[in-house]
Amino acid sequence: MSADVTVKRDVIGSDFGPQLVQGSGLDERDGGPELVQLLTPEGERLEHPSFSFGEGLSADEEAEKIRGFYRDMVLTRRIDVEATALQRHGELGIWAQLLGQEAAQIGSGRALRTQDYVFPTYREHGVAWCRGVDPLRLLGLFRGVDQGSWDPNENNFGLYTIVIGAQTLHATGYAMGVQRDGAVGTGDPERDAAVVAYFGDGASSQGDVNEAFIFAASYNAPVVFFCQNNQWAISEPIERQSRIPLYQRALGFGFPGVRVDGNDVLATYAVTQAALERARDGQGPTFVEAYTYRMGAHTTTDDPTRYRLSSDVEHWKLKDPIQRVKVYLTRNGLMDQDFADSVDAEAEELGEKLRDGCRAMPDPHILDVFDKVFAEQTEELASQKAGYSDYLDTFEPEHAGEGRAGAETASGGAR
Amino acid sequence: MTKMTLAKSLNAGLRKAMEDDPKVLIMGEDVGKLGGVFRITDGLQKDFGEDRVIDSPLAESGIIGTAVGLAMRGYRPVCEIQFDGFVYPAYDQIVSQVAKLHFRSQGKVPMPMVIRIPFGGGIGAVEHHSESPEAQFAHTPGLKVVACSNPVDGYWMIQQAIAHDDPVIFLEPKRQYHADKAEIDEAATPDPLFASRVVRAGEDLTLLSYGPMVKVCLASAEAAATENRSIEVIDLRTLSPLDMGPVLDSVRRTGRAIVAHEAHTNLGMGAELAARITEECFYSLEAPVIRVGGFDTPYPPARVEEEWLPDLDRVMDAVDRSFAF
Ligand SMILES: Cc1ncc(C[n+]2csc(CCOP(=O)(O)OP(=O)(O)O)c2C)c(N)n1
Ligand SMILES: [Mg+2]
Repeated sequence: MSADVTVKRDVIGSDFGPQLVQGSGLDERDGGPELVQLLTPEGERLEHPSFSFGEGLSADEEAEKIRGFYRDMVLTRRIDVEATALQRHGELGIWAQLLGQEAAQIGSGRALRTQDYVFPTYREHGVAWCRGVDPLRLLGLFRGVDQGSWDPNENNFGLYTIVIGAQTLHATGYAMGVQRDGAVGTGDPERDAAVVAYFGDGASSQGDVNEAFIFAASYNAPVVFFCQNNQWAISEPIERQSRIPLYQRALGFGFPGVRVDGNDVLATYAVTQAALERARDGQGPTFVEAYTYRMGAHTTTDDPTRYRLSSDVEHWKLKDPIQRVKVYLTRNGLMDQDFADSVDAEAEELGEKLRDGCRAMPDPHILDVFDKVFAEQTEELASQKAGYSDYLDTFEPEHAGEGRAGAETASGGAR
Repeated sequence: MTKMTLAKSLNAGLRKAMEDDPKVLIMGEDVGKLGGVFRITDGLQKDFGEDRVIDSPLAESGIIGTAVGLAMRGYRPVCEIQFDGFVYPAYDQIVSQVAKLHFRSQGKVPMPMVIRIPFGGGIGAVEHHSESPEAQFAHTPGLKVVACSNPVDGYWMIQQAIAHDDPVIFLEPKRQYHADKAEIDEAATPDPLFASRVVRAGEDLTLLSYGPMVKVCLASAEAAATENRSIEVIDLRTLSPLDMGPVLDSVRRTGRAIVAHEAHTNLGMGAELAARITEECFYSLEAPVIRVGGFDTPYPPARVEEEWLPDLDRVMDAVDRSFAF
């Protein structure tokens, strides 16, 4: 570690409050008493002793920012709805919906600075949006034309990671690199960087994730573990993964954890910002549990009616992350019909762009598959490619796509 | 007798095994209420309870590692790995623990465990959902590896694997799960688990495969018949140990052999079979043993998987090459 990185040992930051609070009073299903909430489902602003939104902003600036969140969330939901429809129409093989998790993703995504780096799962479409990744690019993986076509280093947004939990270690390692580059704790807001690992409640059971906690704690790495506890890992409820609120696990690893209302964009923003600030400042990792709910199916191939009650979904519908912002803005005269209409129009446009763009996505070419395996191509692979190319040439162009036994072969895969 | 898909026959086989032996447990992600993402364990938790059909936390190493302990305590765990590409978090437990305990304990700690893995591609899935990791396990001493290819085998082989006292990696061709139905005769006497089987008799060439490629090979043999080539197709069924008897008998008669699998070709099952055939019946061979397999790249995006996977045309091309020799 470079000498100018100060490793601060006061890892239990006061902002992150008392730990291991036993649930009392408030319904556990709604997050319990530890839940940080700044905007209620009814659209009322709340004060919190440790976290606040809008400090240092004028009233206008603050309203502007909240309107921005509203726009982000509406557009993110549109990406999700559109992609879901594209899957239904056979244009995507599968889609992982984020419905209900917009605030968790936009709140945390908007708290990032350009130099911060994100390691997502496969559901962080809203964070991708905040990072400026073209939403069309997100569709490629799900359409089956690529395995992530964006350049992770262009937007500091890693590739989607399907193997549960693996990215948390990558995030930690990346953060260790940031540390070694002296890009923490300098006090320069343009320089100090944090890394965010996104993962789910299910992922919290994986060895990799727990090892990431250990490494991050051990080296005081500038990483924020952002867990979207959407209550489900496919069909398994959170109780299968944890007997205590997830954020409380952090204490055992030696860094603070906090549970934030993941359907409250203001609170998610405030808490993530504070956690990022700690990391950038050299105070080490934080666990943020965004308490939310997966409103849709796990993916478009899942059928949640097999394992959960629709009354739970109804309960959470009342906590919709977009609705509460809309109510707040409208009730306080901070958003007029024109603004709402313009966002809707933008969403329409985005939807159309996704529909057209998705259908126009070119299929990959099989021969290109051989070229990106290594930085330094091997002769073996080059000759496999050449051999396959020669083989493909033996099919006369007008019969390409047909094959020897005609189109109807039993392989299920005849060209 | 009932007609069943592979998915249903595996379910029926698991049910039978659980009825026959109260020590049989099922564990895995989403195997309970959901019945697994492919519904192979459908209804089992309802009928056998949560103690015997265990929804595990999301941790593959945890599934296999705890199964080791359960096996030591006298249970017979049947672990489901959700998709081929997710077995690797458990790879350490499988290779270093499951595979070695019998050996290290000099037989005092048997490992009667089945690890079910849906494998292979062709279902249009995203990455990590279409892989064929069989060689990684077949290369590991201490593990037995089998692959079923059809509903009848699914029904019997899963029961035999569960009753077997060594750890069995049980590969299920996921694209066949809901493909074809076959009559299951519960009163029949099944072939032994570790036995290969001639599934189509022929005289001119021996085509060896397993799992999802058996169907492709049968179709290839059918197509070749129209060109007056008589191809014998063998469903290997067991990959470790290999059952070389039927293979060598066949190749001694036909003089030609092709091995087809979806897995990467280099250092795959085909390489081992080619070596053994060459060692055992060199003088019967009219042509070198040819391998037809996936290319040595990571599994590609779904939109090109049909071109990446060996299909009827590539098998037929290999047949041509063998005869041209
Ligand atoms: C190592 C591994 N095992 C299993 C899977 C299959 N799988 C995909 S998503 C998922 C559940 C994930 O739940 P969670 O971490 O809560 O994230 P969420 O999907 O709810 O966003 C599982 C089991 C996988 N992708 N990777
Ligand atoms: Mg979840």
